[in-house]
Amino acid sequence: MSRAETAAQPPDAAEAEQAPAPAPRAPRLVWSLGLFRSELVTVFRRWRTLALFAVLAGVPLLVGIAVRIETRDGGSVGGGGPNGGDGPAFIEQVSNNGLFLTFASLAATLPFFLPMAIGVVAGDSVAGEAAGGTLRYLLVAPAGRTRLLLAKYASVLAFCLAATLVVTVSALIVGFALFPVGDVTLLSGTTISLSDGMLRCLLIAVLVAASLIGIGALGLFISTLTDSGIGAMAATVGLLITVQIIDNIPQLHALQPYLFPHYWLSFADILRDPVTWTGIGKNLGLQALYAAVFGSAAWARFTSRDVTA
Amino acid sequence: MQQPPAAADVVIETRGLAKRYRGTLAVDGLDLRVPRGSVFGFLGPNGSGKTTTIRMLMGLIAPTAGSARVLGRPMPDAVRTVLPKVGALIEGPALYGFLSGRDNLLRYDAADPTADPRTRRARVGAALDRVGLTAAGGKKAKAYSLGMKQRLGLAAALLQPRELLVLDEPTNGLDPQGMREIRSLVRELAAEGTTVFLSSHLLDEIEQVCTHAAVMARGRLLTQGPVADLSAGTRGRLAVTTPDPADAARVLAGHGVTGLHTEAGRVTGDLPATDPPDLADLNAALVTAGVRVRAFGQERASLEDAFVALTGEGFDVAG
Repeated sequence: MSRAETAAQPPDAAEAEQAPAPAPRAPRLVWSLGLFRSELVTVFRRWRTLALFAVLAGVPLLVGIAVRIETRDGGSVGGGGPNGGDGPAFIEQVSNNGLFLTFASLAATLPFFLPMAIGVVAGDSVAGEAAGGTLRYLLVAPAGRTRLLLAKYASVLAFCLAATLVVTVSALIVGFALFPVGDVTLLSGTTISLSDGMLRCLLIAVLVAASLIGIGALGLFISTLTDSGIGAMAATVGLLITVQIIDNIPQLHALQPYLFPHYWLSFADILRDPVTWTGIGKNLGLQALYAAVFGSAAWARFTSRDVTA
Repeated sequence: MQQPPAAADVVIETRGLAKRYRGTLAVDGLDLRVPRGSVFGFLGPNGSGKTTTIRMLMGLIAPTAGSARVLGRPMPDAVRTVLPKVGALIEGPALYGFLSGRDNLLRYDAADPTADPRTRRARVGAALDRVGLTAAGGKKAKAYSLGMKQRLGLAAALLQPRELLVLDEPTNGLDPQGMREIRSLVRELAAEGTTVFLSSHLLDEIEQVCTHAAVMARGRLLTQGPVADLSAGTRGRLAVTTPDPADAARVLAGHGVTGLHTEAGRVTGDLPATDPPDLADLNAALVTAGVRVRAFGQERASLEDAFVALTGEGFDVAG
């Protein structure tokens, strides 16, 4: 399962084991969940979040329509090989099998659109509250600084999963509507059934969401440094762009294995038979490292800072 | 000035509390004692360190030196046990504009781990009702006027029964009717036993509702104590309204009244500090001397007089 879900689960588990035990007066663990739920509401009820989802849902639609127009006369898209050069991966297979639109869309949105959306939400998470002055009221409620930060990060991870699912579901709908759908020919040449292909598609969506754990932690850390929500968003997105550029400069290859987007496209390995897990493992390890390092940095900063906004 | 109350009867106590921002002392060696059950007015010109003090008391910022105890426990270490019993309105209300007033309160209540979610809706409803926002509870907070936001901020402070309410300029942005309502709300809460710590720049407001007050200027505490003692420090002036000011001044001077000031149709002066004459005798003396008196009386020293006497600078921003 994705990190986003596992992050949400410990409180659930806590709820299950805590609920029967009556604990009068003392703050209950179940009651702590209320903050996470409230956090989700505040993230998902903003127009900004819905606008981000609309943009993300629009990408598969645009790709699908473009491919459909290009291949109307029976031609094929692009010239690159299967692991193809500069164009988004999997795009050639879309006209043969609509399911490939999900892979193509995830590969197209993962380098920028998805992490940008995460950068906006994570960057705004603490700094936006500080800018609006609501942070001081949450803290005197008292939300507890560690608890508030955990709820913030959990809601960012939930947003990662939701954003990825928006792309996936939109791509599935567009793919199934515009293109023929059938058995899936994997990159290694083996053919699997459509239902098996759908399962792998779901696994890929979860992996893509997990690929965003690192930037989420980075954005959260930047967000604790400033009282300007816009500033934190811009810094996070700026950092993402810089890192993506560095990741594409061959002379800096020594650095690249440590950059959070370096193994992002490893999710394509799911479409091999047998699946090779090396790249995926490296990606997940790197994301966990980023979450640990920047999560701790965010915690150290947020629990010790003066809240003057 | 007054007997230092026993520790259990003090809800806020600071010792040598100080905060330095980039080299300047915003708060300097503050020793504040807020007795339990009081309505405590916290006065000072803008920039005198009131809000910095409140932020330190609420654990939002760490003091540079000294200590603060709220409800008998050290801050900011005991934030999680103390703050559920404290309601606060700090530097104006802050709301989520895209949420309704009711949803704002639900969110703030959810942030409190000691708040029971089963009673959340009922408590939010009661808090809205208490500040007169029941009808507007479903409206988006960004459509609220400043006064409505202020009321919603107060409602957030009243979500749970509190031992201490810290209200920073609670009547800011309210119309006169709203100010009256807040004053009566404060009195009501005080009658229920809640200690109210009220910072304000409206002196007559402090005078009307507060039992105790403290005055700050340039980061230092100038004085604190019961309001009656504070304004008693500054004596009131005798005022006589008369069409014969020159005669009146002569008679008053003859009875030991000093600092006489004569303006059109009005004479004011200070009664002698030791052995002041009976005001009735003074009035009789004026009339006997043929002075026609339209009005006669002692003007009560206001807290404002005491305040200006203490800070000597009115409400200029401290540099």
